[in-house]
Amino acid sequence: MFLRLSYRADPGNPWFSWQYLRDNSDTVTTALRDHTTLTLRAVVIAALVAVPLAVVAYWFRPLTGPILAFTGALYTIPSLALFAFIAPYLGIGVATVLSVVVLYALLVIVRNTVAGLHQVPAEVREAAEGMGYGRWGRLLRVELPLALPGILTGLRLATVSTVALVTVGVVIGRGGLGQIIFAGFQNNFYKSQIMTGTLLCVLLALVLDLLLLGVGRLLTPWLRGRTG
Amino acid sequence: MNPVEQAVRWLNDPLNWTNPGGILDRLGEHVTISATAVLLGCLVAWPLGLWLGHAGRGGGLVVLVSNLTLAVPTLALLTILPLTFLGFGRPAVVVALAVFAVPPLLANAYTGVRQVDPQTREAARGMGMTGPQVLRRVELPLAVPYLAAGFRTAAVQVVATAALATFVNGGGLGEIIRLGFGLSIAVGGGQILAGGLLVAGLALGVELLFGFVERLVTPRPLRRARRSATRRAADAITGS
Repeated sequence: MFLRLSYRADPGNPWFSWQYLRDNSDTVTTALRDHTTLTLRAVVIAALVAVPLAVVAYWFRPLTGPILAFTGALYTIPSLALFAFIAPYLGIGVATVLSVVVLYALLVIVRNTVAGLHQVPAEVREAAEGMGYGRWGRLLRVELPLALPGILTGLRLATVSTVALVTVGVVIGRGGLGQIIFAGFQNNFYKSQIMTGTLLCVLLALVLDLLLLGVGRLLTPWLRGRTG
Repeated sequence: MNPVEQAVRWLNDPLNWTNPGGILDRLGEHVTISATAVLLGCLVAWPLGLWLGHAGRGGGLVVLVSNLTLAVPTLALLTILPLTFLGFGRPAVVVALAVFAVPPLLANAYTGVRQVDPQTREAARGMGMTGPQVLRRVELPLAVPYLAAGFRTAAVQVVATAALATFVNGGGLGEIIRLGFGLSIAVGGGQILAGGLLVAGLALGVELLFGFVERLVTPRPLRRARRSATRRAADAITGS
């Protein structure tokens, strides 16, 4: 009796099913595409804002403390609360998800970029100055390249956490793959749908992380051969 | 009427606080769920972290655990766990939240034991202490500030994540926000904003409270050195 019951219950709601993927390939690919574009847009926007901000914090030392304290305080605000703060103003839509995600990514990138810039050895900075580099030349040719490992760490962290964070967008119906996970939960707890969404999320994070790792390797050839 | 005025009005209605399912009920649920999750996380992460630190092994494991949990969406864990043997309801939510409490607790316990001066450890050995005695009488007391820092990070994170429990009908303050979104922005805008304020306020309160506790349990001479140490522990998590 027990065996028969479990036999019946099992094929009804398996943890993973190719059948589900075949039947819903459209929905799944749309969600995956939404999720990917949202993540990429968020990280690019965040990087474009965060790196100049970090440079400002680096150039004007009195601003470093306040900028880092501000980003730290923002980071304690729960994601759902941030949605609640922004949605009444920007409405239900991609703009809200994007701004929440950008804010979190921003904080991670700013912190890591500042740390990377501070790791530039003082001798290198002085040598660059001695060679006649101005402030901008030194920044673009010496300091930013040397801070690249820090910036890339920030970008990778920001990307991975953004992929996970986008799913919270289900609260306004724009959660990308989160939409699939949540719909699976609501449609009679359809396990394979939930699992598909989850696995794709983790895979997307992994793929983007590896891509950034590869880009980092290409951009910092002088670090090759060393560990890390 | 703009959302801020709406939110103030919503918060000023006493019935919104005392009704069944009102703010006080939700706050109680939120705190209970979070506290249980953090305690569960401590029960698992602290012994493991202290032991790994004592043995001087498993640094890679600590980094791996934190990287893995970073990539898994909270929503996924919250929806998957009720479908396992845990069943629907509180236990599944608590376990899901505890999973996210483990990385900071584990990393700080590990770092806390590792940072003990090797000479101190050798002196303890020389006095004839056995391995477990060294861990309990020397390494553990010296690791307390780190344990407190990890506890604070974990508590804040769990309180923040507990807001998402509402998606699986787990209660908590997130419920207020989700119900507000259910009403549409025009009608529920105030409620949404008020819910957001409550959740954020609770998270900041927890941060301040345990920040204070962390200061209390850190001996004065160590306080200045702790700043950079916290950063190092955070770096251990981020793997940089």
